[in-house]
Amino acid sequence: MLAVDVEKKLGAFTASVKFHAAGGATALFGPSGSGKTSLANMIAGLLRPDRGTIALDDTVLFDSARGIDVPPHKRRIGYVFQEGRLFPHLSVRQNLDYGRRMSRQPRDSEDFDRTAALLDIGRLLDRRPSMLSGGERQRIAVGRALLMRPKLLLLDEPLASLDAGHKREILPYLVRLRDEAKVPIVYVSHTPAEVRRIATEVVLLDGGKVVATGGLELIKDADSDSL
Amino acid sequence: MLGLTPEEWTAVALSLRISIVATVFALPLGIAAGWLLARKDFWGKTLLDGLVFLPLVLPPVVTGYLLLISFGRRGPIGEFLYDWFGVVLSFRWTGAVLSCGVMGFPLMVRPIRQALEAIDRKLEDAASTLGANNLWVFLTVTLPLALPGVIVGVVLCFARALGEFGATITFVSNIPGETQTISAAIYTLTQIPGSDAEAGRLVLISIALAFAALIASEWLSRRAAIRFHGG
Repeated sequence: MLAVDVEKKLGAFTASVKFHAAGGATALFGPSGSGKTSLANMIAGLLRPDRGTIALDDTVLFDSARGIDVPPHKRRIGYVFQEGRLFPHLSVRQNLDYGRRMSRQPRDSEDFDRTAALLDIGRLLDRRPSMLSGGERQRIAVGRALLMRPKLLLLDEPLASLDAGHKREILPYLVRLRDEAKVPIVYVSHTPAEVRRIATEVVLLDGGKVVATGGLELIKDADSDSL
Repeated sequence: MLGLTPEEWTAVALSLRISIVATVFALPLGIAAGWLLARKDFWGKTLLDGLVFLPLVLPPVVTGYLLLISFGRRGPIGEFLYDWFGVVLSFRWTGAVLSCGVMGFPLMVRPIRQALEAIDRKLEDAASTLGANNLWVFLTVTLPLALPGVIVGVVLCFARALGEFGATITFVSNIPGETQTISAAIYTLTQIPGSDAEAGRLVLISIALAFAALIASEWLSRRAAIRFHGG
């Protein structure tokens, strides 16, 4: 379980966010500029909150009062960024292996094959990231985060940089991921249709504050847009 | 081959040895300096920046003289090196390594710094979320991405070291077999009437070495580009 209670001054406004994510797929849902990406960066350890606490399962990742700030490389949070951020100098296979190698876990070809099959990326392994389509790139980014065996998978608008066709292509993979890869997911998005497909719980954000938490009923039909 | 006398071969071999050793020693320092200048803000940064690039704008004879008074046997650093490590630089080929390294250093640091500044820091963040600590991020992401700049820096430093004359002759003189590089040998020959043929041969070798360095850097840069963008 992820428990977040943080405050951070972000330019003009101060984000003050408190929520729990119990498991399954929790959407952090809100309009652009509501501090969602900053929040994701704070959970991953890339941005330091001004004060507060972040805990994942039994581990305290951040606690300003006790001076705890676990660095990102020790947090074991698989982060899928908006723009993928694949390493351009490494092949797809090396990208996928990077997290496992850096966290010094033994090679597990079964896990590798299963993840490659789940995301349907087996035939891309020997390519360079520059030779991939946007949708393929995001699938590799998801695979790379999964293969580090994270305690939490953090997806920050993973479809935002894709056109509608590629969004439709990748959504089913994310749904399978939620159902098959037993990792809790935090899914950051401002697109109702995406959240509706993927999320099981919703944290509604606006202006750096949590306005509501609950189920999919929080995503109003009026907000709906097609993919 | 090429009708070179043993003395001339000695000068060629010595030049290559001095330039290679100077470049090898300069490389880790050049990467460190490039990284500090590209990534860190600290007190005295402007001073470091100026110090690194000073040899590029100073007359080489001034650089050589400064090396002589600080690294000579009676210079403060030279005395220390001799007393504690038994190392003598003045009038030795090792001193030529120092002067060539100092002269080539700014040319090495600049492209490395620029390459480091051009790297997308977000890739480093991504690597750290994947479990890489700072050192591993640097070794597996930062340095490989800066490789084209590092290659350019190595080649420029090597070529500058190979052509170094003023600082070297001021610091370690022009001793055949010890500090007489190609440039110094050419200079000596130009002082002797009727030595045009000998000087010409060394000039040709000098041109050939410079071309070889340029072609090598082109080839290496292209290989690095293919690694990044797929071949």
